[in-house]
Amino acid sequence: VGVENTEENRRQFRQILFSADDRINSCIGGVIFFHETLYQHSDNGVPFVKLIRDRGILVDKGVVPLAGTYGETTTQGLDGLAERCAQYKKDGAVFAKCRCVLKISDSNPSKLAITENANVLARYSSICQQNGIVPVIEPEILPDGDHDLKRCQYVTEKVLAAVYKAMSDHHVYLEGTLLKPNMVTPGHSCPTKYSPEEVAMASVTAMRRTVPPAVPGICFLSGGQSEEEASIHLSAINNCPLAKPWVLTFSFGRALQASALRAWRGHKENEKTATEQFIKRAEVNSLACQGKYSGGDNYGEAGQCVFGSCHAY
Amino acid sequence: MALTGKKEQKSTMTHQYPALTAEQKKELQDIAQRIVAPGKGILAADESTGSMAKRLNPIGVENTEENRRRYRQLLFTADQRIDSCIGGVIFFHETLYQKTDDGTPFAQLIKDRGIVVGIKVDKGVVPLAGTNGETTTQGLDGLSERCAQYKKDGADFAKWRCVLKISETTPSQLAILENANVLARYASICQQNGIVPIVEPEILPDGDHDLKRCQYVTEKVLAAVYKALSDHHVYLEGTLLKPNMVTPGHSCHTKFSGEEIAMATVTALRRTVPPAVTGVTFLSGGQSEEEASVNLNAINTCPLTKPWALTFSYGRALQASALNAWKGELSNEKAATEEFIKRAQANGLAALGKYKTSGSAGAAAKSLYVANHAY
Repeated sequence: VGVENTEENRRQFRQILFSADDRINSCIGGVIFFHETLYQHSDNGVPFVKLIRDRGILVDKGVVPLAGTYGETTTQGLDGLAERCAQYKKDGAVFAKCRCVLKISDSNPSKLAITENANVLARYSSICQQNGIVPVIEPEILPDGDHDLKRCQYVTEKVLAAVYKAMSDHHVYLEGTLLKPNMVTPGHSCPTKYSPEEVAMASVTAMRRTVPPAVPGICFLSGGQSEEEASIHLSAINNCPLAKPWVLTFSFGRALQASALRAWRGHKENEKTATEQFIKRAEVNSLACQGKYSGGDNYGEAGQCVFGSCHAY
Repeated sequence: MALTGKKEQKSTMTHQYPALTAEQKKELQDIAQRIVAPGKGILAADESTGSMAKRLNPIGVENTEENRRRYRQLLFTADQRIDSCIGGVIFFHETLYQKTDDGTPFAQLIKDRGIVVGIKVDKGVVPLAGTNGETTTQGLDGLSERCAQYKKDGADFAKWRCVLKISETTPSQLAILENANVLARYASICQQNGIVPIVEPEILPDGDHDLKRCQYVTEKVLAAVYKALSDHHVYLEGTLLKPNMVTPGHSCHTKFSGEEIAMATVTALRRTVPPAVTGVTFLSGGQSEEEASVNLNAINTCPLTKPWALTFSYGRALQASALNAWKGELSNEKAATEEFIKRAQANGLAALGKYKTSGSAGAAAKSLYVANHAY
């Protein structure tokens, strides 16, 4: 959007989001911060943490390569994590996020990538809980590739099974965690199109086969989906007729902020409009969490999902 | 050194070679759902010949094939009152091929009343060398062929029991992994033959450990079981789990209420059993008939979210009073059958959270604990 990536510009953009009015109180349960942002202030000197009640903090330090694999990675950030968590807790954070990345290809994800990333997520979770911080567990399987919906579902099931075995091995208290997975979708270059109901059925089936009911909530990431796509899929997921014992909601970055960024373009006079764009997406996603969003001009109407003969065996 | 993307090292690749077709999956899920339909549970009548001796000797009945046939007959000929509370019956091999007095095969009798026929397929426990008295379970050899034959002969589900013990040193990592693996192999083979596997990782109640320890061990064991099932590509919707309830050890000095047992049990399951599993059918272990019903009821009224059916797969806890009433006498058969029907109905209600205990004493309250129980 033609804006220079300076500390001040980053502050101004986050301010646009954090200064949204009370309408977001019923749609946003938590905000994940980056380290820099946790210590920034609004124009009139109010620390951002004071504007947001339930603050989370990104604690990983990015991906690093796994030697001997085909472009796979693990995530670093465990060093001194206990001390950092203790400090973040003092500074107002109550939850944290650690992102691991897996890819689908002919040879991926490998057994090593699955086991290693599951283990890192479990170590991170264990350390967070020791410091009163709820870990959001994010084993993101990228949508890159031409694989179909079935393959993504298969891989998601294998990855999540490994994640929860690692959680058990590391004695993580599941009731005090959240999961942030990808929705089950076809790869970006997959020629087949799937309906929101098919995406929902595949996603919910994968979760039902791997996520123990003790996990209170699943907050889907949006990946490369557009704002609208992400909301429609989330709504379909909440309408899926299978038993879903966890809360199914969103942890969206781009899918909450894209319109706001475009409206802003770095201009002070656009700030209010940008904030409005953000509030709109927040409200839409709140409806989606209740299965009440069917898209576009139907904003506000109850979802009309036709699951019918749609099933995933 | 990166791989070039050629399909050489298949063992490290997450390739999908579907284990089951959509039709096979649907059949398995339907069978599982029928067994644990609301208000229904399983009669575990699969005591081996050796185990039947332990049932018949105390009531003064000789352990002959004919006596075993007569005994199972009085269970299977119970009237239509059991049709709404018994979803499945587990048979022992011998019993599957026995008949009623008028020549009707037991399997057909049960199937014709809309009850699913099951078969015990394991071949008992064997020692794990280098452990402190731990075991694994054998029976995988030729299991596929046996399952195919049982399916032809009317069985739609199977049962396989693994045993773990709690002590200072057990269960060991080896025992947990080995038993989880053998259960997964068995489950995989069953499903290939259209048979729903009941997965039974029983943790014995022997010992003086408290409720917390049993819960901890149960969580570790079940986590390993479900990881193994995932690794072996088992279709969870087409399986049932037969676990122990979470209880204190038999020599534990602390008493725990039905609600505490229920909370510990449901919590352990919530932390380990994916919602896709169609049903959990508890074993009764050494509990008395009444205890087993009261605890099942408490489990079903536990306020935590429970996305699977929670019902019974009881052997002793359905049959103790019937055996005592029978004592091998022809003239006692009707009374014995009535005792069985009574417990079946009680447990059907417990599976719905609607059982009200009459505080009955007598046979129903007598503990059925046998030390170090192994079939």
